[in-house]
Amino acid sequence: MQKASVLLFLAWVCFLFYAGIALFTSGFLLTRLELTNHSSCQEPPGPGSLPWGSQGKPGACWMASRFSRVVLVLIDALRFDFAQPQHSHVPGEPPVSLPFLGKLSSLQRILEIQPHHARLYRSQVDPPTTTMQRLKALTTGSLPTFIDAGSNFASHAIVEDNLIKQLTSAGRRVVFMGDDTWKDLFPGAFSKAFFFPSFNVRDLDTVDNGILEHLYPTMDSGEWDVLIAHFLGVDHCGHKHGPHHPEMAKKLSQMDQVIQGLVERLENDTLLVVAGDHGMTTNGDHGGDSELEVSRFLHTYSAATRDLQAKELHQLQNLFSKASADYQWLLQSPRGAEATLPTVIAELQQFLRGARAMCIESWARFSLVRMAGGTALLAASCFICLLASQWAISPGFPFRPLLIPVAWGLVGAIAYAGLLGTIELKLDLVLLGAVAAVSSFLPFLWKAWAGWGSKRPLATLFPIPGPVLLLLLFRLAVFFSDSFVVAEARATPFLLGSFILLLVVQLHWEGQLLPPKLLTMPRLGTSATTNPPRHNGAYALRLGIGLLLCTRLAGLFHRCPEETPVCQSSPWLSPLASMVGGRAKNLWYGACVAALVALLAAVRLWLRRYGNLKSPEPPMLFVRWGLPLMALGTAAYWALASGADEAPPRLRVLVSGASMVLPRAVAGLAASGLALLLWKPVTVLVKAGAGAPRTRTVLTPFSGPPTSQADLDYVVPQIYRHMQEEFRGRLERAKSQGPLTVAAYQLGSVYSAAMVTALTLLAFPLLLLHAERISLVFLLLFLQSFLLLHLLAAGIPITTPGPFTVPWQAVSAWALMATQTFYSTGHQPVFPAIHWHAAFVGFPEGHGSRTWLPALLVGANTFASHLLFAVGCPLLLLWPFLCESQGLRKRQQPPGNEADSRVRPEEEEEPLMEMRLRDGPHHFYAALLQLGLKYLFILGIQILACALAASILRRHLMVWKVFAPKFIFEAVGFVVSSVGLLLGIALVMRVDGAVSSWFRQLFLAQQR
Amino acid sequence: MVGGSSSPLPFRGRLAIQENTMKDTDIKRLLYTHLLCIFSIILSVFIPSLFLENFSILETHLTWLCICSGFVTAVNLVLYLVVKPNTSSKRSSLSHKVTRFLKCCIYFLMSCFSFHVIFVLYGAPLIELALETFLFAVILSAFTTVPCLCLLGPNLKAWLRVFSRNGVTSIWENSLQITTISSFVGAWLGALPIPLDWERPWQVWPISCTLGATFGYVAGLVISPLWIYWNRKQLTYKNN
Repeated sequence: MQKASVLLFLAWVCFLFYAGIALFTSGFLLTRLELTNHSSCQEPPGPGSLPWGSQGKPGACWMASRFSRVVLVLIDALRFDFAQPQHSHVPGEPPVSLPFLGKLSSLQRILEIQPHHARLYRSQVDPPTTTMQRLKALTTGSLPTFIDAGSNFASHAIVEDNLIKQLTSAGRRVVFMGDDTWKDLFPGAFSKAFFFPSFNVRDLDTVDNGILEHLYPTMDSGEWDVLIAHFLGVDHCGHKHGPHHPEMAKKLSQMDQVIQGLVERLENDTLLVVAGDHGMTTNGDHGGDSELEVSRFLHTYSAATRDLQAKELHQLQNLFSKASADYQWLLQSPRGAEATLPTVIAELQQFLRGARAMCIESWARFSLVRMAGGTALLAASCFICLLASQWAISPGFPFRPLLIPVAWGLVGAIAYAGLLGTIELKLDLVLLGAVAAVSSFLPFLWKAWAGWGSKRPLATLFPIPGPVLLLLLFRLAVFFSDSFVVAEARATPFLLGSFILLLVVQLHWEGQLLPPKLLTMPRLGTSATTNPPRHNGAYALRLGIGLLLCTRLAGLFHRCPEETPVCQSSPWLSPLASMVGGRAKNLWYGACVAALVALLAAVRLWLRRYGNLKSPEPPMLFVRWGLPLMALGTAAYWALASGADEAPPRLRVLVSGASMVLPRAVAGLAASGLALLLWKPVTVLVKAGAGAPRTRTVLTPFSGPPTSQADLDYVVPQIYRHMQEEFRGRLERAKSQGPLTVAAYQLGSVYSAAMVTALTLLAFPLLLLHAERISLVFLLLFLQSFLLLHLLAAGIPITTPGPFTVPWQAVSAWALMATQTFYSTGHQPVFPAIHWHAAFVGFPEGHGSRTWLPALLVGANTFASHLLFAVGCPLLLLWPFLCESQGLRKRQQPPGNEADSRVRPEEEEEPLMEMRLRDGPHHFYAALLQLGLKYLFILGIQILACALAASILRRHLMVWKVFAPKFIFEAVGFVVSSVGLLLGIALVMRVDGAVSSWFRQLFLAQQR
Repeated sequence: MVGGSSSPLPFRGRLAIQENTMKDTDIKRLLYTHLLCIFSIILSVFIPSLFLENFSILETHLTWLCICSGFVTAVNLVLYLVVKPNTSSKRSSLSHKVTRFLKCCIYFLMSCFSFHVIFVLYGAPLIELALETFLFAVILSAFTTVPCLCLLGPNLKAWLRVFSRNGVTSIWENSLQITTISSFVGAWLGALPIPLDWERPWQVWPISCTLGATFGYVAGLVISPLWIYWNRKQLTYKNN
């Protein structure tokens, strides 16, 4: 009952956050206002007749067409510098030979031989630079909005006025071949089309070869007016190998041949445009072969927009007519052309800027009410977390009112839906969620205030200690500055380091690191409160330095944001397949496998140290045999993936089959391991039950089997102690080990053993989704969290009967570390930095039309650190109890203390470890609830700060480039983290339930 | 910090008055020494421009770092020799003094290197700008380690005692605590504006940090006498 209410309450708090995020998002990330009006040849743009006076000529629309036919060759991700010659280098520096330079030599030749017939332009494009958005921009002339970036997997047809539509309505035959994204964008618009699947980025040749098969025959047949060929090979090569790979040179040479072939077949009335849709990091494209006019940029300008401000529109129209009149004049009098050209260009640029600014103004219109509502809801949820986390550790905390808000929320939602149904309005899910959240929030607040809050001063509601609060405030202030968001990859380790040193210094300051004799006599009254140090000073210092070192090493795996041109991304983030040198590749491969083995060995060592590995239960058998198998599978997959291109042709099938099977096998093994863990989570070696002589009877205040939970709670610790004594007696007879019993370790670490096993099982499939060398980061991640847990445990006193608390600094440092790992696994909160290849791990052939599976794989790759740290969050509560055994053992080592230890009461003498938690189940659940709420609070204020930053700075220059992506990543990260947190807490509760039933069985067996 | 929980007992009244007067003179001496330290830092900004051409804090930052740390160290040493805040040293043979001095030098160097390592761990570049990072470590040592060495001697246990709760035994140690902590906090705060895109010349590693440390040190020098004066009633030290 208590468990269920804790989980339900946490889920409800998560729901509050989700409702807030959804409400804010619906107000902030608007889908762009799409106008379905189409311009026609009869309506000229702007007032008056066009200066060209082209109406009436055959085939003309607004102006006379200069070319009767166009060949548009789109080479995906063709960066501007790809078109540069090989010998272009900065004078004074040695010439660089890069694989992508000088391969498009036919363009250069044309530019040199026929300078009046060819032009090379560099164009800047607007983010997001994903293919579909760029296609939309190219064909509609609009600025694609941000929300479109999410629909890359399932693109939608363009309903706005666009180039293809105008061409077809003018009776031109448009033939298309290449990327099948066009099929979704312009369904049925082409007179003839050859589509090829675009999503498989591993495949460099299928699309290009398919196009080449049809390109020249179609061209020669003459049944076309506009021919569009969209090549994907360069883009896929960039995704797979990066621009510096020899493969890129091969691909570009192929493209060069294509251009060469096209130029040879070109007739005089045909325009050839070769363009890239976006770059790889810097964006560029170039057109060629014939003259391009300045007015070309204007052809999709559609003036039929209602929503623009009339005055500004008028101003723009005036500007345009003036510029076009100047242009006309310029054409007529070529004498002063040189002088007047700059002014015309300036005018046109001014016009374009004005039009762009106005478009942005009218598209990015925010719903302020929803944004404010969402922010308020987020703030309220944070407040609830704070309130409830304080309430949970108060002595007489009832679990019952936790269920109230859930019920009220349901009532509110149903009432709202009913209300809407009666007045027949469209049901908005976002609003429904918000109403449910508010209607459940208010009664809970009232209840909490009446039951607990009013009795206390407000100061206790704000319990975060000063230095931690300061660091948290810095962390939140980071979200309000675009430079800090960009530099967050460096700022987070800095803050984490500050946290770590703060923890060490605080430990020292509190006198917990040094024996008290070193300190001079403390003044009266304070000596009683200082606890004797549990560890020596060097211990915490070593932990701190080790943590700093790990953080710094993880920082070496750092991907640069696009905004900092000076910064160099770490070369270690790229997959091994993109490496050229064979020897270095082998060395790296060895290092990666070593990291894998080290991770495995560390987990096994840890489990052996606490004795859980000896248990014959299925999860531990799985750890012993299944985990090495998983590591083996991962290593084999890496070997295949990094050397797939070098395999001899007859082995190709085998290799591709294996690279499909191996990742799936590893994931399947992990899933079965997790299932085993859920089935039998108690990993304890049971040797009792064989009728061992009882040295002490269990004292029960009742006879017969236990009937209620209270009885069990009373009996269980006694049985436990009894068993311990029994084991110890046996061990002393065998004279094998010291005074500490093996059984104590096993039962004392039963919760964390399950957690660590689960985390390892989760980490392996996630590891597989990353590039090979990220495995070193994963090793660092485990090491780092291990050290941090130890450091935190050194500062958390064990309060024997409860209430147990997890201090704020622990939770904050944990959340910070999750963020830091997000960056050190090579991610950045921007869309171009998403690791798309993760979608092809285990699916080398692509996914067909399924979109959820690749989205899941890519999401798991991106938010791996969020997931791992959220699932591992309960370790923060468990670890101090684990460390208890160490502290005690260390203290028992000096022989003089032996007399002391005998005098001590029994439970002091033997570490009960995590069984202390079982001694007070009420406190245990309250502590879990509190831990979950605190973690949600820390994550929640981050998302709140992001939302506030995005709404306050919504007219900022960087809002779509920095703040909006950051908000989206934080929001998704929050969802992943909250789900992971719920899973982690549910796992602990599952173990708890299993331990209870195990005790019950034992008890019954003893009675027999 | 040292909170005031215990009040002077009545029969110690006379003693308390003596203590108070003693403390007042001590606070005055403290204030003067601190003013001298601040003065030395100001001098380190202005004096070199008389002798060196093109001297400015930002452009010839490394020179200034050397000069400033030299000035601060010298002033601290002179003040230690003149004021003698701790008179505990009983053995005063020459060899003892020499070994003590050598030990102090070694401690100073070690603190420089360990600060350097900590900066690198905090994210400072490992290979580039190594000299700059090291000089930052030197100036931070001059602000923190040198006063510690002067006051407490090469005695790590005493250092650890001073920098823990209730470990302070005199106003000198109290002010040492405050100036050291404020220097560290200043250096930490100095790192914060580096990522901002204001494009100022002082936003470069390690200039903002050294400036922050200097400001923190000066602030600590100003604050500590005031703070001690303000709380003089509550402060009771065992040894005084």
